[in-house]
Amino acid sequence: MSELELRQSTVEASAEHIAPRGRRWPRPGTILAGGFVAFLVVATLAPSVAWTQDPNAIAPALAFESPSFAHWFGTDESGRDVYSRVVAGTGTSLLIGVTATLIGLALGLVLGLLASFAGRVFDFAVNRVIEVLFAFPGLLLALLVIVVYGPGPVTATIAVGLSTAPGYARIIRGQFVSIRSSHYVEAARVLGRSPARILGRHILPNALVPLSVLATLGIGQAIVWASALSYLGLGAQPPAAEWGAMLAAGRTYLATAPWLTAFPGLMIVGTTIATTILGRALARRGQEGR
Amino acid sequence: MLRRAVALVSGAAFVLWAVATLTFFAIRLIPGDPAQAILGGPGSQASQEALDQVRREYGLDRPLIVQYLAMLGRLLTGDLGHSYALKVPVADLLSSQLGGTMLLAVMALVVAWMLALGLSLWSTGRSRFASIIGDGIELTAAALPHFWLAGVLIAVFSSGLDWLPPVSTGTPAGFVLPVVTLAVPLAGFLAQVMRESLLDAMQQPFVLSARARGESTTGIRLRHTIRHAALPAISLSGWALGWLLSGAVVVETIFAMPGLGRTLLQAVTLRDIPVVTGVVLLVALVYVFMTVLTDLASRIADPRLRQEGAR
Repeated sequence: MSELELRQSTVEASAEHIAPRGRRWPRPGTILAGGFVAFLVVATLAPSVAWTQDPNAIAPALAFESPSFAHWFGTDESGRDVYSRVVAGTGTSLLIGVTATLIGLALGLVLGLLASFAGRVFDFAVNRVIEVLFAFPGLLLALLVIVVYGPGPVTATIAVGLSTAPGYARIIRGQFVSIRSSHYVEAARVLGRSPARILGRHILPNALVPLSVLATLGIGQAIVWASALSYLGLGAQPPAAEWGAMLAAGRTYLATAPWLTAFPGLMIVGTTIATTILGRALARRGQEGR
Repeated sequence: MLRRAVALVSGAAFVLWAVATLTFFAIRLIPGDPAQAILGGPGSQASQEALDQVRREYGLDRPLIVQYLAMLGRLLTGDLGHSYALKVPVADLLSSQLGGTMLLAVMALVVAWMLALGLSLWSTGRSRFASIIGDGIELTAAALPHFWLAGVLIAVFSSGLDWLPPVSTGTPAGFVLPVVTLAVPLAGFLAQVMRESLLDAMQQPFVLSARARGESTTGIRLRHTIRHAALPAISLSGWALGWLLSGAVVVETIFAMPGLGRTLLQAVTLRDIPVVTGVVLLVALVYVFMTVLTDLASRIADPRLRQEGAR
């Protein structure tokens, strides 16, 4: 079992329990989550639109201002605006999260395809590999990668991608196996379609929705893990405006200026919740479409 | 049952062997000379004689396959080598740290179980309002990163209200915040799973017949459906303990508690390879042991799994 599998199975299950009623409009929660993600996208692509002032502008006279109308999230030890820094850090945090997810997903896809289509020997071997990798729970595999290649944002991204790969692989294998044994694939086979055509026309399109649910959930998890590594000083380093690094830098002032850690963390929490809600909405769509 | 036990144990042995092998060869990928690392890194300007002596002492001059087999042999006797940085046997170091971390993880697991059970029993199958609130709490709890939750708890309960110490003092009060930090996100995950199985259990015929006998809603929950809610959570406990041990790296660092997690982080930062390897192997051992244990426990809790032909 992995965190990802748990997130995925509860999302699929809750999508089943929240009965579809053929509604046209998305639920309020989905709209909120979508709005939050839209804000993150704007902050990534055009941060200067979203921030209220230059995130690196130092104003020592304004150090440690608590949150106010002028500084929504307060100011840090150099008088920099925390809200603007959080916006400026969105791009880095999302880039790390999305890249790590793509690495994990790509590896999981390769392993999952091997296990489900390359015969029993591969299936057995891949399952053993996954089992072994699960014995490095959570961040442990990532820490091992960091010991080998040294700390830094790039290593941390790869480390998170690698340590989420076994979770992806097992879910993807399960989905391919169930699609492979479905009636429409059997029908295509009986009609004499070639394996490549069955894979391209029937199996991959049907795997697309579950895969996008998985990727959506994975991004939230990858951001949490990558920022945990940054927080521990093994990922992005403090001068960078990455959320985990900002949290780590604010730790020193926890007693006097809690807003330095509170707001970057809220962004991480918000992103995880938003991706879970969107993942659910996607899963519900997938089930309605069936 | 016996066949199943043999399969479980041999599977566990295979996983442990593979973990040891994988770790051994991963460590060989590290650029740089291990003898240099033992003597304090490239900055220490160790003499050639000293390097040669260290290579002989640690067996680094022998062929890789010999080193590998020697490592496996030592592992079987419980010898994990010596720490580069602290110059003490890794096995001694870890055995002094394991107790505290296991206590933390097990307490967090118990608290998470109670929170999750309470929340899912309260919120499931009552009003739409209760289920939305329950869902929201679970969703939020499962999204809380340890490093942030710890900061918020310290800011509120230590700096703000001054009820609890911000660093672990070894007293029961010092344990509260670390345990809560680990337990709340886990409770979010467990409650989600428990609620799904409770919902399924409530649609079973035995609930209807209990209802027909005149049992109250609470009575049915406590006497009948709770067992169904507990099942998936039991089988998740192996995963949960591994997850908690990984979380302990963050939590022990923040609360300055001695333990495996903090030892691991220090070793990763110093690149103290034998300690990193030792912690990884130990955690894998605990994880594998828990997996076997939960498999057996779910058979005890669920008679259906014991039937012939059922896996």
